[in-house]
Amino acid sequence: MVTLLYFARLREAFGLASEQAELPAQVKDVRSLTEWLRQRGGAWQEELAPGRPVRVAVNQDVASTDTAVRDGDEIAFFPPVTGG
Amino acid sequence: MPVKVQTEDFDLGAEILQLRRGNPGIGAIASFVGLVRDLNEKGEISEMLLEHYPGMTEKALAEIVAEAKHRWDIIDALVIHRIGSLKPADQIVLVAVSGAHRHEAFAACEFIMDYLKTRAPFWKKEHTPQGGHWVDARESDETSVQRWLQT
Repeated sequence: MVTLLYFARLREAFGLASEQAELPAQVKDVRSLTEWLRQRGGAWQEELAPGRPVRVAVNQDVASTDTAVRDGDEIAFFPPVTGG
Repeated sequence: MPVKVQTEDFDLGAEILQLRRGNPGIGAIASFVGLVRDLNEKGEISEMLLEHYPGMTEKALAEIVAEAKHRWDIIDALVIHRIGSLKPADQIVLVAVSGAHRHEAFAACEFIMDYLKTRAPFWKKEHTPQGGHWVDARESDETSVQRWLQT
């Protein structure tokens, strides 16, 4: 089980701020997790499409597509940041 | 190195007094205050909503301050970032850096601000008469942070 968090534009597009998910065996890193979420279709397919500006953090550290995801992780998806 | 994420406003004078209190070795304090502007390319702004990622925000800001302390011989640094609903002319962010001398305090203050804008998980949503929209990240902010990688 992992915790998935969505912020800002993604939270609104998905209509979801957080969820608990059981990852299938083929999901091993950020890339495969994103592909798996994209298969939900609709806003998921659109917002997580390749080339869209989406950032990912694993356990509150900025991640790359190769970053591993494991049971118990907190994984967040969000647009490029605009604070300050 | 205090880092605060809060809905409440802040008082620059009181915060600086707190930062320098009890340390006569401080010879310089550089500070930056960011404000909500009333206009942008999409028109007049009536409200700005600041969202963040609780937990990661504080961690990212603490890491940025730690990196500034590693790069420059500064004494302390303070970061306050507001969240929630803000109006034009409201204060959004404060960065203050204390040190023995001005050059390092100025540089560290600018460094912290540049990294905050591109690395700390905050998002702005502006409300104008045309409705609400999420602010896009600016290329120029990424350019600003890149120059620190060369120094």
